[in-house]
Amino acid sequence: MSLIESLPKVGNKVRQLTVPKADGLLPWLVPLAIILIWQAASVAGLVSPRVLPAPSDVARAGWKLLWSGELGRNIWVSFWRASIGFLIGGGIGFAFGLANGLSQLSAKLTDTTLQMVRNVPHLALIPLVILWFGIDESAKLFLVALGVFFPVYLNTLHGIRTVDPQLIEMGRVYGMTDSELFRRVIFPGALPSIFVGLRFALGIMWLTLIVAETIAASSGLGYMAMQAREFMQIDVVVLSILIYALLGKVADSASRALERLTLSWHPAFSKH
Amino acid sequence: MQQALRIPVSGVEAIDSSDALAHAGTFRPAKKSSVTPQPAKSETRGLPLVIRDLRKSFGDNEVLRGIDLEIPAGQFVAIVGQSGCGKSTLLRLIAGLDKPTSGTISFGDAAARPEDVRVMFQEPRLLPWARVLANVEVGLGRDRKAEGAHDRARQALEEVGLADKREQWPAVLSGGQKQRVALARALVSGPRLLAFDEPLGALDALTRIAMQRLLERVWADQTFTAILVTHDVSEAVALADRVLVIEEGRIAEDITVDLARPRQRGSAELAALEGSILGQLLGPGGAG
Repeated sequence: MSLIESLPKVGNKVRQLTVPKADGLLPWLVPLAIILIWQAASVAGLVSPRVLPAPSDVARAGWKLLWSGELGRNIWVSFWRASIGFLIGGGIGFAFGLANGLSQLSAKLTDTTLQMVRNVPHLALIPLVILWFGIDESAKLFLVALGVFFPVYLNTLHGIRTVDPQLIEMGRVYGMTDSELFRRVIFPGALPSIFVGLRFALGIMWLTLIVAETIAASSGLGYMAMQAREFMQIDVVVLSILIYALLGKVADSASRALERLTLSWHPAFSKH
Repeated sequence: MQQALRIPVSGVEAIDSSDALAHAGTFRPAKKSSVTPQPAKSETRGLPLVIRDLRKSFGDNEVLRGIDLEIPAGQFVAIVGQSGCGKSTLLRLIAGLDKPTSGTISFGDAAARPEDVRVMFQEPRLLPWARVLANVEVGLGRDRKAEGAHDRARQALEEVGLADKREQWPAVLSGGQKQRVALARALVSGPRLLAFDEPLGALDALTRIAMQRLLERVWADQTFTAILVTHDVSEAVALADRVLVIEEGRIAEDITVDLARPRQRGSAELAALEGSILGQLLGPGGAG
């Protein structure tokens, strides 16, 4: 405190750079401007509604679908698939990351295999997965889980391997047991990297799900978009795309909030 | 000298230094053990240390080539030497961080517990994700969950003059403050032997002097056996009862520093002693 007060010039400069009130709205300025320009261009006839319907038309389509209950049902189905697939794949990836980061034997046994599998694009498995599971729920869950597995696995492993060895030595010198060492030194040290994996995985989660739903599904957002294409309902297609963007943003914000909560010690995440 | 330092300087490190100077110098917090600043050697809680024919090799490279050493309980010993002479290796062996190739290290007291021997590293090695107080509690070892752990940690922080920082993250502390937290962590278990591996090497000159006084004071208060590895000969002669010069893995010189404390920095006796040890370290060519 006294240090900050004794350096008033520096303090003022920092404060001038961030306008606190506008801070929360500022990121939404650009999307809002795009929608306004888009609407204006549609009204002026610059964009054909066959190419891109006006935002107001998209909103109307959304309202109609919301009213009929179709939109809510499809979002819920997609959300459910995404979360279950994420929990399964992320959980297994996290477990393997921990095991291979902590145990040489486990790493020698499984890492090479996992690295080989990693290099197969998981979406390339879609035909095989359809043959295995049909267009059942399990097909989508399998693909999401597989896609989510690798970013979580790789970043957990990386996080654990790069924990400062000096801190680990310190922990041992001060008599920490293995479980204490893990809880107090290794896991917190790996956490920033685990969060990177988490955010990558959230992106891949949506990507995989949408692709899987577009190709083989009878419900969900991807299915809704494909159905709309069949009937030339371009407003519903655009609506689905906008919903993906919003869902992606929600997932990202959730993981950021979690980051701020657990990494408040980190100078890069602490906000005062 | 302290007055002169406190008035003209301002800025981040200097504030820290002067505050530590004030603390390490005349002002002492009300503490039960501050009655006798210069403990009689018979009262010490320190552990004696006996080393017999200690050797350590890394592959073909023999770093320590037969060290024989007896350190009486409560003594402040400084180990100096050129880099690569094996002084840090010796300290790591004493602290139990490495295993010797051959030879023995014993503490002369069968009841010595792991918490009785503590190390302070060159880097603070604080857990960045734990508050200052929690970092100090790490030093309690197995007693961490015992009753009164918080109070002991708080007391140790008070000892190093950082009681008001206990709820801070380490990232906001200055280099000197971090090292003082590390000292509190080393002190909190009430160690009977404390090994310092160049703990002040990375600090600026003013903070360093403040830390030296702090070390001397806690050593006098808590009467542990202190082993300080340093490359700074003036630091060694200012703090230690005895200076060991290590050359090529052996003890080349064992010098008793028989000067009253507190020692006056820059005094003729210290300078002369420092000069003769430097002469020894640099060899006949570099003594000039």
